[in-house]
Amino acid sequence: MTNPSNPSNPSRTRDTALSAPARVPTELTTSVPGGVGSSPHRPDAALKVRGEFAFASDLWHEDMVWGVTLRSPHPHALIRSIDITDALTVPGVRAVLTHTDVPGTNRYGLERPDQPVLAEDVVRYQGEPVALVAADHPETARRAMRRIAVDYQVLDPVVDAEAVVAGAAPLLHPGGNIVRHQPIRRGDPDATAPVVVRGTYRVGMQDQAFLGPESGLAVPAPDGGVDLYVATQWLHVDQRQVAIALGLPVDRVRLTLSGVGGAFGGREDLSMQVHACLLALYTGRPVKMVYNRQESFYGHVHRHPATLRYEHGADRDGRLVYVRAEIFLDGGAYASSTPAVVANAATLGVGPYEVPNVAVDCWGVYTNNPPCGAMRGFGAVQAAFAYESQMDRLAEAVGVGPVEIRLRNAMRRGSTLPTGQVVDSAAPVAELLRRVAAKPLPPPVDPAEVDLRQLPGGVANTTHGEGVVRGVGYGVGIKNICFSEGFDDFSTARVRVEAVGGEVAATVHTAACEVGQGLVTVLQQIVRTELGVRRVSVLPMDTSIGDAGSTSASRQTYMTGGAVRAASHAVRDRLLAMAAAELGATATDLVLAGGAVLSTRDGAAVDLAALLGADAVERTAEWRHRATEAVDPVTGQGNAHVQYGFAAHRAVVDVDTELGLVRVVELACAQDVGRAMNPQAVLGQIQGGSAQGLGLAVMEEIQISAGRIRNPSFTDYLIPTVLDMPPMRIDVLELADEHAPYGLRGVGEPPTISSTPAIVAAIRAATGLALTRVPVRPEHITGT
Amino acid sequence: MDFLSPTSLAEALAAKARQPEAVPIAGGTDVMVELNFDQRRPSALLDLNRVAELSEWTVAGEHIRLGATVSYTRIIDELGTRLPGLAMAARTVGSPQIRNRGSVGGNLGAASPAGDTHPVLLATDAVVEAVSVRGTRMIPASEFYLGVKRNALAADELIAAVHLPITSAPQQFAKVGTRNAMVIAVCSVALALHPEQGRVGAALGSAAPTPRRALAAEAFLSAELGDTGQWSAPRPLPGSVVTRFGELVAQAAEPIDDVRGSAAYRRHALAVLARRTLDWAWQDYLRAGHGGE
Repeated sequence: MTNPSNPSNPSRTRDTALSAPARVPTELTTSVPGGVGSSPHRPDAALKVRGEFAFASDLWHEDMVWGVTLRSPHPHALIRSIDITDALTVPGVRAVLTHTDVPGTNRYGLERPDQPVLAEDVVRYQGEPVALVAADHPETARRAMRRIAVDYQVLDPVVDAEAVVAGAAPLLHPGGNIVRHQPIRRGDPDATAPVVVRGTYRVGMQDQAFLGPESGLAVPAPDGGVDLYVATQWLHVDQRQVAIALGLPVDRVRLTLSGVGGAFGGREDLSMQVHACLLALYTGRPVKMVYNRQESFYGHVHRHPATLRYEHGADRDGRLVYVRAEIFLDGGAYASSTPAVVANAATLGVGPYEVPNVAVDCWGVYTNNPPCGAMRGFGAVQAAFAYESQMDRLAEAVGVGPVEIRLRNAMRRGSTLPTGQVVDSAAPVAELLRRVAAKPLPPPVDPAEVDLRQLPGGVANTTHGEGVVRGVGYGVGIKNICFSEGFDDFSTARVRVEAVGGEVAATVHTAACEVGQGLVTVLQQIVRTELGVRRVSVLPMDTSIGDAGSTSASRQTYMTGGAVRAASHAVRDRLLAMAAAELGATATDLVLAGGAVLSTRDGAAVDLAALLGADAVERTAEWRHRATEAVDPVTGQGNAHVQYGFAAHRAVVDVDTELGLVRVVELACAQDVGRAMNPQAVLGQIQGGSAQGLGLAVMEEIQISAGRIRNPSFTDYLIPTVLDMPPMRIDVLELADEHAPYGLRGVGEPPTISSTPAIVAAIRAATGLALTRVPVRPEHITGT
Repeated sequence: MDFLSPTSLAEALAAKARQPEAVPIAGGTDVMVELNFDQRRPSALLDLNRVAELSEWTVAGEHIRLGATVSYTRIIDELGTRLPGLAMAARTVGSPQIRNRGSVGGNLGAASPAGDTHPVLLATDAVVEAVSVRGTRMIPASEFYLGVKRNALAADELIAAVHLPITSAPQQFAKVGTRNAMVIAVCSVALALHPEQGRVGAALGSAAPTPRRALAAEAFLSAELGDTGQWSAPRPLPGSVVTRFGELVAQAAEPIDDVRGSAAYRRHALAVLARRTLDWAWQDYLRAGHGGE
């Protein structure tokens, strides 16, 4: 359909250039000591603590109008017609757009372009975008949106992933309903063992629950292109998808990262990016879009819910003989990153254990449930809940403790994974377990001095000790770090050194998204270490420099850290050459330190600011990790992964067995990080990852019924509070990986993986219940 | 939308009489959420934050007259010993920020079945003071809740205050949520001993279309205690009495399955909470040495 009466100007050229937004991302500068291995203050810390940091939802332009999205109320329906006439009559409305207004290709997707920018003749999930409205005021836009008449023919939703694998569902996409099936075959498929344990486990749909909702500001440019300020995780992949949808060359779509309030995978897929740009180009005005909390639950992908059927065979001592598993991942309506999630769940499906015979099948499928994609832990979380639950069953069957069964099977450096890949750096699984097991246990709650905050139920006064039983459980997990399966994974960094007001200063420019994790601090530390320069500025991240890849897969310190180090080395080499000429020395005798070049031979020195004068030295580096390869589609064999990260947890819980309420009393964690680039940030990642795993264990779930979200709010999608997340005892190991920059190992995901099974194991220990599903709800414990 | 900001109760009542559709707002912890999510677009808001008469509590004989907009934080800090049950319920409301803004008047105005203070108001025989330009009505809490988010206020009435008896007798409140803080009740129980009346008050929340008293449980326990002379000479309660009381509280509920919990779980949890709160209250009563009177 067309919009003949659309009051906006459909022309995509403008006569006058618009000014930049009034609130834009700014350079972050600190001038403090603090190289690699120290914990200097974050450059954005004071701004954030004072509430002055500009998040994407704070973006503002004097001329801007507001965009809103009409979404499908149905999980599955045909669209017979869309009538926008009535909406266009609302005063203040600037544009009402549908799929016919998408000038380029109305498809996008991280791994396969299967998702329409705006729905055409079918909607495949509740919340799928159908039409857009721009108006002078967000309220006006929402009012007009409600006057768009969409005639739906409602269809039965497909909601059961296992039924899809069995072939018992109508076709949702032209290529079939299986997004990916990845088998892993190693050793004897018919191996037998004297001790066998089986189990079926289920993982509910977890949300990233980032605090800053999807938001951005699209500003039409005089060249017919658009400048998009947005909170995202991967600028260049957004840029490519937006350009294709708009039918523009990539260089006409320029992105700048705006303040990101958390991501955890939920910003890898597009949300409002194309929508805001479309509206900006149609209206000729800057367009701001901000989702509210409820819309945010419909506006981003979630963690794949999973059903996992496992069989473990072991000898009488508990040494694993075989693992066979079927893993069903519900990808929802569109593919998103389901293929890569399938790969992780399959290749990491037996956990950090040596298993000679493996037969794993993992499917990721289309349904009419909300689309699922990237979330911290990415396939490894679901598998870990199943394989760790199985290890506890095996321990019981063999008659040994949960730590001992894991020690007997722990993989180590040199172990061969089910993919045939040999682990060629540290894999201290046994040591991590021994460390958490050796920590003293927290004292029992003293009934004489009851503080309600220390009991299950907390201040709600549900118990003064009645029904409370303590339990202890263990979990250990494995995660691939960086992108896998032959992906050309690289990052780009530019480092510049110049004299500013007589002081030498460095500037770092990358497109690597700071999403709250502290990358900006680490990049500054690397420059300080490599160049001996104290004052370091981090420029706003944007697409005027090359791709940095995604802030995901625990990869950004590894990848963009590696690129910044490489660019710093190039700058250093140039500075030393300049100094060598100045001093009449040999560059190999010179080092950078304290803002000067020093000779290691005779102590001669030249100040960098003086050396540079009015000149600047600037170098750009593109940096890659060592190559990986795709796994065989039939056997799953191949060196798929770059690096592995490991963490182990011990959880201590108090369970009110009568009410089914849980308080996690303490979490102990040991993790190998290769090199703690910023020890405080490492602890923050371990605490935050553990908390997210705790949430999955006992409360976090998007509840779905017939394809509909029942709890799209923070009133009923609960995440842990300070009274739910206990103090932690953390051991950080630094066993250098010789293949990685500084020997570092990605930190962000491993602690999310092992905390969930450890907590559930502790609840099982307290209750004696099987508890095969997370999150564990009170009803699961009380049996009511 | 009109924003009416009276500076006295008289002005507020006049405004409410003129525009009965105006929605009163004080802390805004409920109303602002509804506005922000576009669930409600009243033609007018009636801001009560400048009405000083509503934000104070006073002692009136045997009662506390609690102004409608006195915050939960102040109830906890200032009235914990005189209104122990209400203070316990106030402690479970939201976060510190919410407790700084929210008030019992707002809880009553919203009349959500999950409102935290309702069971306490029912168990303690609280009375709602409703005012309008026509005069003042005293509405017992037990007659205030009419349906899901419906209360007994007339269109031109405002809640001026709640009257609660000052007590040194034990009171308890307990609430099940699926998080250890900042959570909406899956179900809740309030219990108040009224030794001077030889009676027990018991009520439940979030387990029926309205907060409600557990009348059969109250009658059973009051009779048990009265018949055996326990008010003047209390002894440890037999387990059978505690168990029966729990059953009767659970039977008073009409719970549903929803996103926060199942009906079966709510009934089960109500019985547990009723037993425990009775145990705690009775232990307090025994400890207080009432047997010596």
